Formats: sequence, C-alpha cells, structure tokens
Amino acid sequence: MRLERRDHVPAALALAAPIGAVLAALILCAGLIAWAGAPVLEAYGRLVTGAFGSRLSLTETLARATPLMLTGLAAAVAFRARLWNIGGEGQFYIGALVAAAAGAGALALPGWLLISVLLILGAAGGAALLVVPTLLKTKAGVDEVVTTLLLNFVVLLFVSMMIEGPMKDPLAFGWPQSAPVVEHAILPDLIARTRLHAGFLIAIAAAVAFWLIDSRTVQGYESRAVGANPEAARFAGIAVDRTILRVAVFSGGLAGLAGAIEVIGLKEYLTLDLSPGYGYAGIIVAMLAQLHPLGVVAAAIFVATVFVGADSMGRSLGVPSFIADVIVAVSLLCMLVALFLARYRVRRR
Amino acid sequence: MIEATRDTVLALDGITKRFGDTLANDAISLELARGEILALLGENGAGKTTLMTILFGHYTADAGSIAVFGRPLPPGRPRAAIEAGIGMVHQHFTLADNLTVLDNVMLGTEPLWRPRSDRRAARRRLEDLAARFGLEVHADARVGDLSVGERQRVEILKSLYRDARILILDEPTAVLTPQESERLFATLARMAAEGLSIVFISHKLGEVLAASRRIVVLRAGRAVAERETAATDRHELAELMVGQRLTEPRRQPLDPGAPVFALDGVDLPRAGGSALAGVDLTVREREIVGVVGVAGNGQAGLAALASGLAAPRAGRLALFGEPVRRPSPARFVAAGVGRIPEDRHGSGVVGDMAVWENAILERARDPAFARHGWLRQGAALAFARRLIADFDIRCPGPRARTALLSGGNMQKLILGRILSADPRFILANQPTRGLDVGAIAYVHGQLLAARERGAGVLLISEDLDEVLALADRVAVIHGGRLTAPQPAGELDTRRLGLLMAGHWGEAGHAA
Repeated sequence: MRLERRDHVPAALALAAPIGAVLAALILCAGLIAWAGAPVLEAYGRLVTGAFGSRLSLTETLARATPLMLTGLAAAVAFRARLWNIGGEGQFYIGALVAAAAGAGALALPGWLLISVLLILGAAGGAALLVVPTLLKTKAGVDEVVTTLLLNFVVLLFVSMMIEGPMKDPLAFGWPQSAPVVEHAILPDLIARTRLHAGFLIAIAAAVAFWLIDSRTVQGYESRAVGANPEAARFAGIAVDRTILRVAVFSGGLAGLAGAIEVIGLKEYLTLDLSPGYGYAGIIVAMLAQLHPLGVVAAAIFVATVFVGADSMGRSLGVPSFIADVIVAVSLLCMLVALFLARYRVRRR
Repeated sequence: MIEATRDTVLALDGITKRFGDTLANDAISLELARGEILALLGENGAGKTTLMTILFGHYTADAGSIAVFGRPLPPGRPRAAIEAGIGMVHQHFTLADNLTVLDNVMLGTEPLWRPRSDRRAARRRLEDLAARFGLEVHADARVGDLSVGERQRVEILKSLYRDARILILDEPTAVLTPQESERLFATLARMAAEGLSIVFISHKLGEVLAASRRIVVLRAGRAVAERETAATDRHELAELMVGQRLTEPRRQPLDPGAPVFALDGVDLPRAGGSALAGVDLTVREREIVGVVGVAGNGQAGLAALASGLAAPRAGRLALFGEPVRRPSPARFVAAGVGRIPEDRHGSGVVGDMAVWENAILERARDPAFARHGWLRQGAALAFARRLIADFDIRCPGPRARTALLSGGNMQKLILGRILSADPRFILANQPTRGLDVGAIAYVHGQLLAARERGAGVLLISEDLDEVLALADRVAVIHGGRLTAPQPAGELDTRRLGLLMAGHWGEAGHAA
C-alpha cells in the first residue's frame, strides 16, 4: 500500500474529514474517561445533555460560542493572508477595556447609538493593537508571531493596572474590577432570563460578512492572493503591504469586538478573568474550521459544547473537567491528521 | 521481446504505468548497451521521468519487466536498483547543503552502527573518481557554497562512488549555463569511453544531438521512434516529439518607432545577482531587443527595472518617453507594460487560485472586473473563457486550480493575461524556459505578432538560438554591465559566447 496525492479533494471527503476527526477524538478520549473511573457512554451522554439538554444549557453553550466565533474569525482572516496573529487574547482585552471605560457613563447617548459606538470603539481598539506589530512586520521585517504573542502579556498587565487604578469600581469591596457599564449600554437578551444575548447574532453576521467579503469582493480576492503567493501578488501589482494592513484591521477588530461584546453582553464590567483564553482558543477554532468563515461558526459551537458539556459531566460523574481541554486538543490533532490524509488516497499495489 | 545481446546492460520490456485515467507509460521497451549514451527525448508529460522513476524503483510498473546485466530487477525497491549498479541524478538535487562534499558522497554508504568511518580511504576514492572523469570538486567544500554545476558533479560522483555502471540523468542541463553543459557532455563522453552506460533525459534538441549516440523519442507515453544520432536532425526530431509538422515563425523586417522603454546610466544595488552599473538600453516600438548572459550577471536587476519592481539608484528610467520617478508593478501595468516573469510558478501565477482568478490578477481593480469593491465574477469568468479559447490553454475550465496546469499552459495563461491588454512594451524574461517544442513555437509566435502590432519587446534569455532567432538587436550582460546592442545579423553564437564570458575586448566591443 502507498499514499498518493490527490489532485482534488472530493467535497464529500472534505466534509467527512472533520466529522471523522471529532469521532476519532471522542474514541481516543474514551480511554481517559474510563481511567477516571466513569462509564464512557454515560459520560458522553451527560456531555451532550449538559450542552444541549435544556433551554438553559443550550443557551449557555451558544453564549459561550459567541466570543469563540469572533476570535476564531479573527484568527482565520489573519491566517488566510499569512499574517500570524497570535495576539487575539490581547486584542480581546483591549476591546473589553475600551468598551468598559467608554460605557461606564462618560458618553451620554441613547441606547442603540451607545451600543453601536461601544462596539465600534472596542473593534477599533483591537485593530489598533494589531496594526502596530503588522507595521513592524511590513516595514521592518519584525516577526509578528513574537510581537503579537508578547503583546498579550503587556495588555493583561495594562488591564490589571487600569482596574486596580483609574477604572476601579469603588463599590466592589476592593475586588479588582471596573465600574459596570450603564444600564442602556447593555446588549438585549435574545431569550429572557438566559445568558444568550444579541452578541450571538452579531457574531453570526460577522461570519457571513467575512464569507461574503472573502469570496465576492476585490479586497477578499487580493488578500487570498497575498496569502497564497505574496510574490506573485506583488509582481501583479497588488499592494501587498496595504492588503496585509487591511487584514490586520479586520482581524484585530474582530477580536476587539469579541471583548466589547463580552463586556456589554454578558459580564457588564471588566475583570482579569473575563476570558478563559478565548483569544488562544480562537486559533484552535480557526484551525478546526480549516480557516473557513462558516466553518468557524460550527467549530466555535463544537468547542463551546465540549466546555459546557464537560462541566456538567464533571459535576455529575466526578470526571475532572480538564477533560474538556483534552478533548478539544485531541480533536485539533485529529483534525490536522484528517486534513492531511484527505489530500491523499491509499492505493494497493 | 528484446533480443538481449552480450553487450546489453539494461533492458526494459513492455513497461506500462497508469495514473488514474492517464497512461503515463504505454508498453515501452528499450535497451541500453555498454558504453552507450542514450537520449530519451520527449515533451513535458511524455513519460520520460515516469519511466526512469520506475527503473529506479520509486514507482512500480503496472506491467512489464526490467533486466539489469541480464538479471531481473525486483520492482519498487530503490536499494535493489542501486545494488544492481544504477545511479540516478535527479533534476532537483538530493544533497545536504550543510554537509561537505565528502560527507554527502559517503552518506548512506556506511552502516550506521560502525563506530568510526574510514574517511581517508573514502577521500582517496572520491579524488580518484573525480580525476578519472574530470569532475573536479573540492572534497571539503560545503555543498551549500557550491555552484549549481558543481553540485551536479557531486551528484554524479555520489552515484559513481556507489559503483554505478548505469547512470540516469534527468534533465541535467536545465539548471546549467551553456559552458557548464558543454563540460557535462565532455564528462559523459569520458564515462562512456570507460564503459559506463548513460541514459540522458531531455527535451532540448540541441543537446540531445550534441551528447548522445542513440535517441529514443517518447510521445504521450509511447516510444514512437528510435534514431541513430548521426542519422537524424533537429527538424525530424522536433516533429517526432510533437507528432505534427512544425513551422517556426518568421521575423518580418520592420522599422522601429519611438522608444517605449529606456534606461540611461542606471545603477541598481545587488538584487539576486550582480549589481547593475551604468546601464544604457533603449527598446523601441516594433523591435525585439535581446539580452543574453550567464545566469546571475544582472539579469534579475534588469528584469526588476523593466517590470516596475525596482527603482534605479542612479540614472533615469523612462517608459514611452516619460520619465518614471516612483515605479511600481501597478503603475507599469496601467501604463501598458506586459510582463512575463522568469519564474512562472513563483511570481507569475497564484497556484492555489483558479484559472479565472489568475486571469485577472493584474487587473482585479479594473472597472471591467470590479464595481464598488465587488468582484464581477461573471465578467471575470467570461474573460477567462475567452483567454482559454484564444490562447489555446489546455485546462478543465476556468474554475480549475492553476497549479494543475502544465508549464506550457501556465505560460499561455500569463501570455493571454498580458497580451489581451494590448501592451506597448513587453518584458519577456526567460519566456520559454522549461517549455516543450510546441509551446516554445507558440510563445515565439506570440512575441513576434506583438512586435508586428507595434509593441517593443525586451527579451532576456539564456537560450542563444532563441535570442538570435527573435531579436532585432542583441546586448550582452556581464558582471552588471551591458554592451551596446548590436544587430542580430552581425552576431553568431561564438561571438556571443565570448562576450558572455566577459571577453569584451577580443569580441570587438562596439560601445
């Protein structure tokens, strides 16, 4: 038997590969669950019911998927143009910081206008944070992997300074958190008495918009060309650096938007545990989705399902909830293997 | 069945290999005698490389058998092929750049568990072989520091070191300068005289005629003809390869018009080759100016200037009589410059994008293809379909991935892209490198037709015959300096060879 490279990956296989990868990951993780002393099938059953079983759990899963979609889109849009933005976490926090600072009463605007302004400001903050390393990359050849990654820590320290200092909520009994945003700056709930808010729709709209821009506009076309072959794009007269800069604005903006939405949709104030690593998880989401914008929606819901479901599984069966991290990580590895194998066919000789 | 004579060292019998729907090798039989140089001639995709990869055991044939020195060769095992005395020099070298020549040659010849290697004996053996076949290389040089020609010598030595008696060279001259090629042919002749047998894969007629004794022509997976080299000629071989009558396009005498591209005392810092110093060059309407030279003597800089990628550090650059202060590829395209890049995979097309997306690569912002920032996909697809029809691009359709196109069809796509905009100045940088005979004739025809329509063409090429056939005037580039162009009729390959080697005085420097 030998492997031969395919010219085309058939559509059915392209769809089967991620599903197969997730199944393989669940089978591999079954061993760990059994080791933790829980019945495997029941554990997976609890995982699914924990994520989808009730109105409350379903809305919780979708609420958790919302920031993941946006940070996943942020990573996907950048990676497609070969801009390696590892700084989603920092851009998320800058977006959150800007929204929390501007939403705490300084702006006297009517509700819908205030919300729009806060979202735009949050996105602008995230975009600005990515524009700096991108300019360093295009002008001076500084590796953006290093700069964007390290900026995450700078931003976290800055947020910490702000919520311990100027933005500190005087009514929070000394807890390091910002003053809450005003009542009419809060995104409406989609379903009453749940945590699912209008930010979910914004994330879906962002995915559809990204998909349309990518496949139908000149900007999307040029960024695809730059990502696939920058040399040929430059030779053909496409402004490569300007295209990458535009991609950076989109990417950083999406991550900043995620942070702003998390503040005005869910938490209502800024703390240092606002994100359990949404910026980094966005990279995983993007890779699981093969950098496809609509795939990001599915991948974000999958990752959120595993996290929410694993919490419930842990509570009822005593399995450590760290298993969620393992399932997501193994899924990603299986996905990478599946994508590789899908490009080849096995031939008997 | 092949009648195996006493001198037959290698016999292929009925080799057949199928990839999906394509028959890459269709019942090919051939034999190779001791001390013989056999050329395997064919266009790209004729099945030459497939056949040799089967022989070397990387692929397994669907049918057919191989015998080496009268013994059958087990299929699919490169090690068996090496042990039987077959050595292969691939088109892309398989050397470790950070090791020395000696290390590379010894690599894989000694068991891993042996505590220390006998480097002294190995060195002696390597130096003996090098001296015997005229393959001088420095045993302690790092391979990464060697020239391409020297690396090829190391590849050949590697095979000889493993006692190869049959040497297969896959397109060995593709990366060599004319001088290095000549040297290679001399080495091959010496090896044949010593009793080695050589299979030499090529699609270049001139070198096949110069270097081989017998020629087998492959076409579409079949061995269509066999000729003694002495009893055939260029024309017959070309027609056998293509399978139809060929007419080489003719250059009509035309009066050149106004300058379309001019360099005046231009300096350019080093850019992948020599820096340019004081270059003067004028290309006018209705003429083709050829620039020849050994690779790395400043052609890259000249091409960068003529395609808008680089701005002169000193001196002036003018397009259509207007000085250009801040050149850029987009400005050149907008001004009416058509550019054929040297590396069509690397800078000509985006392989992962569709044919239609590459068709509009230079003009995506043109109102014909974009409105309010939205791509007019219908218009782009229609344009791509027209290019496919007008320029005879063989592909499954405008939505096919461009990387799947053959080199010739990719070049036709690039030609179509630039010629459909009716350029007044064309840069053609190595426009036929790696193409087969049919595609070369097509490219030449298109360039001459563009000249007749009034375009000026700057043709940068390493193929002297091509330049002498197409160009009205020819300049030689050496060490970043350019001779004054001379009428092509007053030049011949010998004189050009001297100029290319830098002997400007002896060759009668006109400038």
